[in-house]
Amino acid sequence: MGFEKFGRKSFTGITKTAKFVDFLEEGKVNGTVCKKCGAKYFPPRADCAACFSNEMDWFEMPKKGKLETYTIAYYAPFGFEADCPYTMGVAEFEGGLKLFARLSKDLKPEDINVGMDVSVKPVKYEDGQMSFEIVRA
Amino acid sequence: MAKDVAVIGVGQSYFVRGYEGSIRELAFEAFREAMQDAGITTKDIDASVFCSAPEYDKQRSPAGVLAEYLGLIPQPTFYIETVCSSSSTGVKVAYGMIKSGLHDVVVVLGFQKMSEITSAESQERMGRGADIQWESPFGTMMPAYYALYAQAYMAKNGLTHEDLMNVRIKSATYGQINERAVYRKAVTQADFDPNNPNARMAAPVAWPLRVGDACANADGSSCIILANAEKAKAFSKKPVWIIGIGAASEAVNMAARPDFSKGLRAPYIAAQQAYTMAGIKPSDVKVAEVHDCFTIAEIMAYEALGFAPVGEGKQLIREKATYKEGRIPVNVDGGLLSKGHPIGATGGSQIRTIVLQLRGEAGPMQVPGEPDIGLVHNVGGVGLYGNVTIFGR
Repeated sequence: MGFEKFGRKSFTGITKTAKFVDFLEEGKVNGTVCKKCGAKYFPPRADCAACFSNEMDWFEMPKKGKLETYTIAYYAPFGFEADCPYTMGVAEFEGGLKLFARLSKDLKPEDINVGMDVSVKPVKYEDGQMSFEIVRA
Repeated sequence: MAKDVAVIGVGQSYFVRGYEGSIRELAFEAFREAMQDAGITTKDIDASVFCSAPEYDKQRSPAGVLAEYLGLIPQPTFYIETVCSSSSTGVKVAYGMIKSGLHDVVVVLGFQKMSEITSAESQERMGRGADIQWESPFGTMMPAYYALYAQAYMAKNGLTHEDLMNVRIKSATYGQINERAVYRKAVTQADFDPNNPNARMAAPVAWPLRVGDACANADGSSCIILANAEKAKAFSKKPVWIIGIGAASEAVNMAARPDFSKGLRAPYIAAQQAYTMAGIKPSDVKVAEVHDCFTIAEIMAYEALGFAPVGEGKQLIREKATYKEGRIPVNVDGGLLSKGHPIGATGGSQIRTIVLQLRGEAGPMQVPGEPDIGLVHNVGGVGLYGNVTIFGR
């Protein structure tokens, strides 16, 4: 339980990585790191694909990244229509970890460029849902 | 060139909006044509494989239901899916079944009745088209994912909206002469002009992609009949051989994808495998079908297949090299953009086009010069599954 609070609308209720949402509440965007072999994952995983261990720790995502690509959605799937238009993108962080998320509403389309410096932070929606978004660095 | 497994029959329904019949009747349209093409009876078929994207099907476990309607009981049957490349995967599996010696003749039937569910249900499923745990909660849809590739690719490689428009105009050129296509109208520059109030294709869907950059949904079916060498020679005057097969997969989550400006990786890996198996190089291909679910996807496919150097795909459309008379004709049946994209039927339809081209039976779409090698590039999801199949005479 707990993961239904993730995102604008969650499609998953139960996952071993549900603690991710608690970290968002604490202001952290966390991935997982394997205790055995050190492999890092974002989004978080409960199991290590490199060494098969299921002993994972949490780590906080780096703050300095670059926007690799983005799109502005003018149509939305069922349940997201009220948010249109909204922007989503991929940011690459130090160490090569990437993250997919919406971009902050503060970023106007004319201010967004491929390659710009960005960071990531948690966001709480008015209905209590928790997510994270790409923000200007 | 290995001549172990051949295509001996091909069929395809008309691709339409709102098919007036059930999925079994839709499947029968392609099956009938393929069986008549092969000139065989159901007694000659050893097994059947059915392919679709299950989220559009109301019928659970459709293989048994369709096999019965097609008269293929009690032969073994089963179901396969890799979303938009389901029937290419079906052909790959059938190839293995025949090559292993397990069966002599196998039917691969792809179908999709996208209108089987309401548009509200369809919208709901669209939202679950990718990683439902980590991406769907942001409100993702298929055009947005391809737009991520388009944005990065355009920024790096100087590809323009005009280039994308010209891919759409090319596909419409051939959609008009393909009587099975769902979209048969011409497309002109005026359709993409944002200052033209009647422009049908200019509105943004997921920037930088516009309405005209997206393929047409459709209901449809396709059927490919495969046979081993002995049966192919006995049944068919013009067998078309599968000479190369490649397939690969990719991370579903965008966070785990390599450089977006370089296009999709899985189809590139699949192409390398298929070229190696066939013992040919890209310049040996005389006609190709690529998965142009969006205009940008066709440009990326040119590069994945080695028809153009990385970053230079735009030159092929600028030079009209992929038109019917060009150096490497691509999607001269209208492609997904105009012929339509009934998900599970698409790969089989692409294969049918190439088989007809190699037999010299493609009618008004026939590529000149008696092509002897053709290629099909069929992608499932946003590059989640890459499939490349090469055919020879």
